[in-house]
Amino acid sequence: MPRTENDIAIVGFAQSPMLRRSEHTEAEMMLPTVQGAIKMAGLNKEDIGFTVSGSCDYLSGRAFSFVANVDAYGAWPPISESHVEMDGAWALYEAFVHLLLGHVDTALAAGVGKNSNSDPTTLYTIEVDPYYLTPLGADPWSLAALQYRALLDAGKVTERDVAEVVARNLANAKDNINAQVSADLSVDEILAQPYVRNPLRKSDLPPVTDGCAAVVLARGKKAYDLCERPVWITGIDHRVEPHLPTLRRDLTVSESTRLAAEGAGVHNGPIDVAEIYAPFSFQELIIRESLGLSDDTVVNASGGAQGANPVMVTGLLRIIEAAKAIMEGGKNRALAHATSGPCLQQNLVCILEGDE
Amino acid sequence: MSSQPVAVVGIGQTHHKKRRADVSIAGLVREAAQRALEDANMDWGDIDAVVLGKAPDLFEGVMKPEMYLADALGATGKPMFRVHTAGSVGGSTGIVGSHLVESGRHKRVLSVAFEKQSEGNAQFALGGGKSGSIGAGGAFAPFIRAYIRRSGAPEDIGWKVAVKDRLNGAKNPYAHLKLADITIEKVKESPMMWDPLHFLESCPSSDGACAVVFTDEEGGKAASKPPAWVLATSMRSEPGWFAGRDAVDPRAAHDCSADIYKQVGVTNPREQIDCAELYVPFSWYEPMWLEAHDIAAPGEGWKMTDSGATALGGDFPVNMSGGVLSSNPIGASGLLRFAEAALQVRGLAGEHQVDGAKLAIAQAYGANAQFFAMWAVGSSLDPLGS
Repeated sequence: MPRTENDIAIVGFAQSPMLRRSEHTEAEMMLPTVQGAIKMAGLNKEDIGFTVSGSCDYLSGRAFSFVANVDAYGAWPPISESHVEMDGAWALYEAFVHLLLGHVDTALAAGVGKNSNSDPTTLYTIEVDPYYLTPLGADPWSLAALQYRALLDAGKVTERDVAEVVARNLANAKDNINAQVSADLSVDEILAQPYVRNPLRKSDLPPVTDGCAAVVLARGKKAYDLCERPVWITGIDHRVEPHLPTLRRDLTVSESTRLAAEGAGVHNGPIDVAEIYAPFSFQELIIRESLGLSDDTVVNASGGAQGANPVMVTGLLRIIEAAKAIMEGGKNRALAHATSGPCLQQNLVCILEGDE
Repeated sequence: MSSQPVAVVGIGQTHHKKRRADVSIAGLVREAAQRALEDANMDWGDIDAVVLGKAPDLFEGVMKPEMYLADALGATGKPMFRVHTAGSVGGSTGIVGSHLVESGRHKRVLSVAFEKQSEGNAQFALGGGKSGSIGAGGAFAPFIRAYIRRSGAPEDIGWKVAVKDRLNGAKNPYAHLKLADITIEKVKESPMMWDPLHFLESCPSSDGACAVVFTDEEGGKAASKPPAWVLATSMRSEPGWFAGRDAVDPRAAHDCSADIYKQVGVTNPREQIDCAELYVPFSWYEPMWLEAHDIAAPGEGWKMTDSGATALGGDFPVNMSGGVLSSNPIGASGLLRFAEAALQVRGLAGEHQVDGAKLAIAQAYGANAQFFAMWAVGSSLDPLGS
């Protein structure tokens, strides 16, 4: 299908090293990453028409944390810029919408997360309803364990199925030079681990990661000017569900993923590769089913979130990994998924395509 | 290019107060959203996507509260988006919502912004959650002193803004502060907070929310009440700490308004624009923004305040709603400015209506006076008849 001036493509990307703890500030982590993505697109910072990033004050441990990150863009003269308190995948969504307006033809989307500042089991208890759930100390491990238990009780998966997901992702991460964690673990070794929150084991948990990533988008003809093989965003959608797990009809399916997949046009053609953001290993199986992927689709060749989980960036990393498969790996159609909130509350699906 | 006309067809806000102990955070945002839907003659099911904006999560102590608020805002099964651009966030929330319609992604979008400051300690959060904090007044007072020195403005300008905005606020049924008996004397004699800012020259700390419903051109034309047409939107950012910037007269402020004027075809803002809602949390920011947005010549902004030009009956009314000085739920304050500008061109501003307003602008700023969000709204798609 010939591309038009309303078609938008990924033409550059970069990511920082993924570390258990970075001694740099968010802005310091972002500066070389932003520069790297812009350089890959063959642009200078002055050429970027719109900039938007995703990050989270509570992860940084201070209010207005993103304010200092403006330094990473070299925002002088002043730039057209915005910020979302969401994963960088949603920043990319805003950049995509901004380009659709037709006023500018390039945009930069970034995500940054300094997760080493906090203990997830403490911090994320305030991501839920402040009056009912937060006082209970409902941490993400416990909420994930409830979802995992529902999946087991429904007879949809076994602990062995989930251990196979863990073993595959950790092995795949060995081939990903950007992964923070990788391992050769047998399914039996995984099943021998003690529970952290029954039925969750340590290897089902994502690592704690500091990192950032950036993507350059271009619209229409500009994409061909900047990139030999632009990666076209042919569909992107995101949906949310109620926050109370008890309000969700069935925790073993992801209705918001299904709706987002439909909106993004997943079923308009075969998917060669999929990058799924599953913060907890078993969630990959829920997302995979809700996306309606066939067995031919290669899932999380990068190792996924189990290789590195810089929250606020992990979703954008999925988009970058999927884009790489097209730009550098010769694939034609890829899917990237991002999630946010307890028990996969909010989900984004992005379909990427190369020119045939 | 897929840029489509966008209409504001619904506006709602809460009664802003120091402490809205009668509602939860969900109740607060729903109150504003419900009023906006009623104004638009719509129901929750008519909305395609929801955009939520607020200032730092540390204000209420809830991380990414849009997740908790998804079902309260009728977003189940829909896209829900969360914006945070410091003090300018309310404005950005309106802009991001309008872009979802302008781009053709959605037909009907609900933008909601809130702050429930009584649930936390805003002063603590403003200081980055660490120090005792100098607060926003302490941060901006040096810029204000520099403005006074540069412009040679007399000391009573700030007091006049404080009185004018509170008298406007007294006409606004939703305003937090209703100080109908305020006088220059009272402002001058109120305690000194951050020299030269007295207590009555400072914004309150409020609980409140604001909601706006956007539709496409068809929806705007079919609306039961007059729509406001979004004629231009712009956001500009610059570094907060950089020796090359002028924090008193930020270049991002000039660039942002210049972008708006260009999109609308405004060549003489003071003549062609009927009224403005500017983010004035401390009195002196009225003349400062009049200059930074090129409505007044450099050093002349205070003369507009002094002459009464910015009063409700003046030739360039500013902050008809009572402004941030009368209500300040921080995350919502920007959207309240944007909403008031829209109310004015819809002719629905009640006692604080500017007669015959056809073209209005709104502005919100944030952080170290470095983030700017602005829009221009009109009673028609071509209010200047160009």
